[in-house]
Amino acid sequence: MVEHGDIRVVHRGGSKIDFRQPVITNDSRFLLCASGECVKVFSTSTEECIHDLQGHTDLVTGVLLRPSNHLQVYSCSIDGTVRLWDFTDGILIKTYVIGCPVYSIYASANHEGVIFIVVPMLGDKRSELFQLVAVHLPQSGDQLVESRELSAVLSNVSSNPADIAFGRGGEYIASAKGLQLKVFFFKKQKSYEFSLKEDNKKGGLNTFTCVACHPKDDCIATGHGDGKIRLWRNFNHKKEYTYSTLHWHHNAVSSLCFTPEGTNLLSGGVESVLVQWRYNQESQRDFLPRLGAAITHIAVSPDGALFCTSHSDNKITIIQSCVKVSAVIQGLVKGDVQTDLIVDPRSKALVLNGKPGHLQFYSLQRDKLLYNLDIVQQEYIHELGLEQFEVVKAAFDASGTWLATVEERKQKSAELEVNLKLWAFDEQTQSFVLNTTISAPHEARITAMCFRQATDSQTTMLVSTSKDGHFKAWQLATPAHTEGPSWSCDFVGTYHGLVPECCCFSADSSLLAVSFQEVVTVWSPTSWELLTTLSQPPGAIRDLCFGRLSCSKYLLGTTAKNLLCCWNLLTCSLEWSTSMDISLLLADPLSENMAAFCCQAGCTDLFVFKPSEPRPLFSHKAVCSGTVTRAVFAPREKMLDSCEENSQWLNRSQLHFLTQYMDLMTFTTKAEDDRLMASSKQLVIDDSVAMTPFYLLLGKHRHQQQENQDPMSSLSAERTPLPQSSVAIKELLQTPAHVLPSTSFLCSMFVQSLLISVTDLRSNHSERHYPQMEKTWNSGNQQHLFQENPDDHQMICRLHLPQLRSICT
Amino acid sequence: MASFKPTNIPVYPKLGEKVTQDTLYWKNYKAPVQIKEFGAITNIDFSPVTPHNFAVTAFTRIHIYGPFSQEPVKTFTRFKDTAYCGRFRSDGQLLVAGCEDSVVRLFDVGGKVALRMFRGHTKAVHVTDFTSDRYQILTGSDDYTCRLWDIPNATELNVYQEHTDYIRCGITSKLNRDLFITGSYDHTLKVFDARVDKSVMSMDHGQPIESLLLYPSEGLLVSAGGRYVKVWDLLKGGQPLVSLRNHHKTVTCLALSSNGQRLLSASLDRHVKVYSTTNYKVVHNFDYAASILSLALAPDDESIVVGMTNSILSIKHRKSPEESREISGQQRRRPSYRVFVKGKNYVPKQDDYLVSKPVKQYLAKYDKQLKKFNVSKALDCALEKWIRLRNPEVPVAVIKELDRRGTLKNALAGRDEQQLSRLLSFLIGNLVDMRFAPVLVVAAEMILDIYRSILGQSPVIDRQLLRMQDLLEREIDYQKELVEVLGMLDTMFASSLPKMEVPCSSGFFVQNCSVLSGFFCWISCEGK
Repeated sequence: MVEHGDIRVVHRGGSKIDFRQPVITNDSRFLLCASGECVKVFSTSTEECIHDLQGHTDLVTGVLLRPSNHLQVYSCSIDGTVRLWDFTDGILIKTYVIGCPVYSIYASANHEGVIFIVVPMLGDKRSELFQLVAVHLPQSGDQLVESRELSAVLSNVSSNPADIAFGRGGEYIASAKGLQLKVFFFKKQKSYEFSLKEDNKKGGLNTFTCVACHPKDDCIATGHGDGKIRLWRNFNHKKEYTYSTLHWHHNAVSSLCFTPEGTNLLSGGVESVLVQWRYNQESQRDFLPRLGAAITHIAVSPDGALFCTSHSDNKITIIQSCVKVSAVIQGLVKGDVQTDLIVDPRSKALVLNGKPGHLQFYSLQRDKLLYNLDIVQQEYIHELGLEQFEVVKAAFDASGTWLATVEERKQKSAELEVNLKLWAFDEQTQSFVLNTTISAPHEARITAMCFRQATDSQTTMLVSTSKDGHFKAWQLATPAHTEGPSWSCDFVGTYHGLVPECCCFSADSSLLAVSFQEVVTVWSPTSWELLTTLSQPPGAIRDLCFGRLSCSKYLLGTTAKNLLCCWNLLTCSLEWSTSMDISLLLADPLSENMAAFCCQAGCTDLFVFKPSEPRPLFSHKAVCSGTVTRAVFAPREKMLDSCEENSQWLNRSQLHFLTQYMDLMTFTTKAEDDRLMASSKQLVIDDSVAMTPFYLLLGKHRHQQQENQDPMSSLSAERTPLPQSSVAIKELLQTPAHVLPSTSFLCSMFVQSLLISVTDLRSNHSERHYPQMEKTWNSGNQQHLFQENPDDHQMICRLHLPQLRSICT
Repeated sequence: MASFKPTNIPVYPKLGEKVTQDTLYWKNYKAPVQIKEFGAITNIDFSPVTPHNFAVTAFTRIHIYGPFSQEPVKTFTRFKDTAYCGRFRSDGQLLVAGCEDSVVRLFDVGGKVALRMFRGHTKAVHVTDFTSDRYQILTGSDDYTCRLWDIPNATELNVYQEHTDYIRCGITSKLNRDLFITGSYDHTLKVFDARVDKSVMSMDHGQPIESLLLYPSEGLLVSAGGRYVKVWDLLKGGQPLVSLRNHHKTVTCLALSSNGQRLLSASLDRHVKVYSTTNYKVVHNFDYAASILSLALAPDDESIVVGMTNSILSIKHRKSPEESREISGQQRRRPSYRVFVKGKNYVPKQDDYLVSKPVKQYLAKYDKQLKKFNVSKALDCALEKWIRLRNPEVPVAVIKELDRRGTLKNALAGRDEQQLSRLLSFLIGNLVDMRFAPVLVVAAEMILDIYRSILGQSPVIDRQLLRMQDLLEREIDYQKELVEVLGMLDTMFASSLPKMEVPCSSGFFVQNCSVLSGFFCWISCEGK
């Protein structure tokens, strides 16, 4: 076994950004949202991610602007800390240790120095009961502050942050759970409870789903499971409370939000329509339909100019006052990955099914969603329980000019609907254009699909295998009566009525291997002749894969009965086999290497090997928990030049995989990590003020002043390099006159720069010779120093004077 | 905010004839000119010289029409009885015609009275023709004889009595003055040489022969009789080359297109078929209103003239190049290029501020309703009469879309008698169409579920439901038969394929790989 010294598994972007309500900053320039273990800062205008506020060690559960300082933001996390950040510079200011997982965070301007958080009742992570507690944040200069003084406000609250809201001026806080609404008044220290009946007459669900409080009025809006919105008033009485009902949504209201002035109420749900209700004129509604996916959160900027909605497909939409979508921040959609992970040969983007009926193209290098390709091309109906078309298979040909997709829709009663679509890449529009739609290409579900890796002379061919026992070859043909070329069926093959499971073309595409349960059949795609059959019972073939390059004579297959077999196609015999429970086998398209994800005792191990060699090149025990079913080798933009034996396999391409929990992971080498680190550091430097000549001069000056304050060098008034190497002089001479500061300012600086060098020398000199004198220097008596050795100083001054004269003339 | 995506109307492959060069060529004729004659038109002959007038023999008259005239240029009426087979001499000056009264008459095209009358036959003469030396006449008669006559002396030169039944067709060689061929109801066609007294070649067609045709090279002879058209190779001693059976009634007339590449045959089944002379496949088909008795093509295929039993003469003229272009231009009705590019090629100047106008999305009526979730109205819009009849795929696509949205039941429910009967009539029309069946069966089931309770209340609906039941029963029978045929074919294929042994590691054999390529696939191609 080879040790995995410097290769490690890392998360590769694409984390959720719709987990919690995003926050828009006061100036509407930035949008902050919780994303995995960090808080992301996006620009609202360019959609780019500006900072990652990294520091939390577990899931971030809430983001909140600090009420007393609008340039700072709180974030809370399951790791039991609340952190305060400066989001413009991306700096962590303070960390408050709470000590138990925090599920949401609230604050009000009227409660100075206090934040309200939701924590489990017993301080236990697994507890199902939660309470709202107030935390007094201690004023302290330290970075890390322990603040474990929690005072309970409300018990038995929901962990969903949408269920708690602060009322007008922070006077009260409203919390809803199940069928009960609690309002707690801080002044009276008294809480009122209002509950609804379990079911109303029409059988709707009355449970509370979200709460919002009017900012200027005593009114609480609650959303309900049956799509109703109730506006509660007069709730400071136990009995005489009233509520009015608004009803537009037909499914649960997932988010409610008042605009800052309280003139409008926004609501959203699974219909993916943003509804704007006028406060007090509730019959007037505005709609913003077709936002793409179910709305999970709504947020409004403090000035009311921007709204933003989070959607269940990992998307944040920024809307300009309920009229126009101005920006869309789209993350990687990982809801239910049906297609394999594929790499687009053209853009090198990762391709998988994303939004319902779409394929998403995700750039691995830039951690950004490039675009969504609409495969189904139908109006998406947002309704719970409706069967939709799903993209279940996709395949690219070798050059990326053709894309084949399979979409299917299974209804309870009706038969399966399957469509096979073939897309051609259009150079002009730089996107895929639908070429052929084949409805019902097979009578049952398609199990696998692959393109023939055609060389130039051959025509492209697609092979699809299906549960109906057939495999079909599709070919591009040019019928006489239509304008363009289109795809049609070329061959239908069966083998003993068995069900084909996977298919694979050899590297030179002269052979097609199709596995029928436990038999592998090898066909010649030119004559459609069955060349040979290979079989290694028992156990149906699960994965099939040809070797590449020098190993192209090998065909590898994994069976359901924990066997990895390697056949030699020249002798048509089994070369070797080994007993392993392999969940996924895939070949690197750029080298001979193969990767096998092997499931063992609830963990997944990775083996990388060459079919021709008995020893694995690399192995990694316990890559992740659970099985890995989707993985892909993505070619690198720039080849690595690692020569170490165990990391050589990562030179040409990088292995990405999806864990059971839909986390996208990858393997990196140490060298790569270091490089990444270095580049990120450089980025920070570049990020500061623009480099102008003015900056170079003044910045240096400031730098000096800062250094002056340094206790160690307080004695040496100035410290610059020797005049001949001094950049200051060069800059002074080379910069155009009109951008220079006033001469008087520069002159003193310039002269000083000439003078200092001596003292600098001296200081070093004296440091070396009189270490015991350090104390007197620290007292800062410069005069004394000059008197000590005046000759030296004058000599150096003389040395520089001719130079100075020539400059001045 | 994404825009509304309209319902996708799939484009189904056209199941009709394919457009080939031939269809384009033979469709490029104007609407026919129809002239009523006095009786069934038995013969049409084009004059070999310009302006290529043609003689139409019908009942007791022969009319001569100019190439573009609707009225006869000249009429020969001096027949005592029905005239037959008016034919021009190769110089276009003389015309010969047989008659029911057994007299053969020779006319000058300019005159009215017959120049010569040849008497000798005892029964009706159905065949007359000039020999290639222009001085003799060939006649064939119902008295089983054919005779050669000398024009200058008006004397009979020879009698051939070899046929044993009526002689109804005959043709003289254009290259040899002595050769002629006759076809008779005794199923034989005989080649005669005037230099000998007997036939030199005899071939058996198998059916009473109605028409004969010689290729311009005179190597091949085409005969039509019964439902068959047969081609004979004369140079190989009368060997049969092909036998064509494309008509389902007697073939009455044959013609060659001007370049000799296409053979035309007309039949009592009201069709004219065009064959390619290289592979003898039908490349085009004309339909006429009545049984066709005679057919002729003008030189260069300028017009097709067909005479029918209902005494109507149909003349189709070829479109001139300008006309054919005009027609296609009219069909398009597109704005002129100038309108089309108006303002599009304007290059903005440097200081111009570009104001982009939102592009309006045009939606079909049913899509507008679908956008508003008005499902019943959407279905109503899609079922409007002209859409329903001309583009049945549109209502089907809308029904499919409604089904996908889970609201098909709502859209189908709550309809009155008239609306329901409209729906049912659409279903009856398209339910068994293989392309639409998967969608429409679901809808039909839903309709039956919804309206089960009101059965028997309306006679109109009941009748339609019965019709639908009938239709389905018939369809099931068809399907059963088809599956039986398929099974038979499979066994035949399986037994005819050689069992070959495939080298394999564990000893499996290939038994059967049936190729039913795309049997249940419908491929719709979508152009750019």
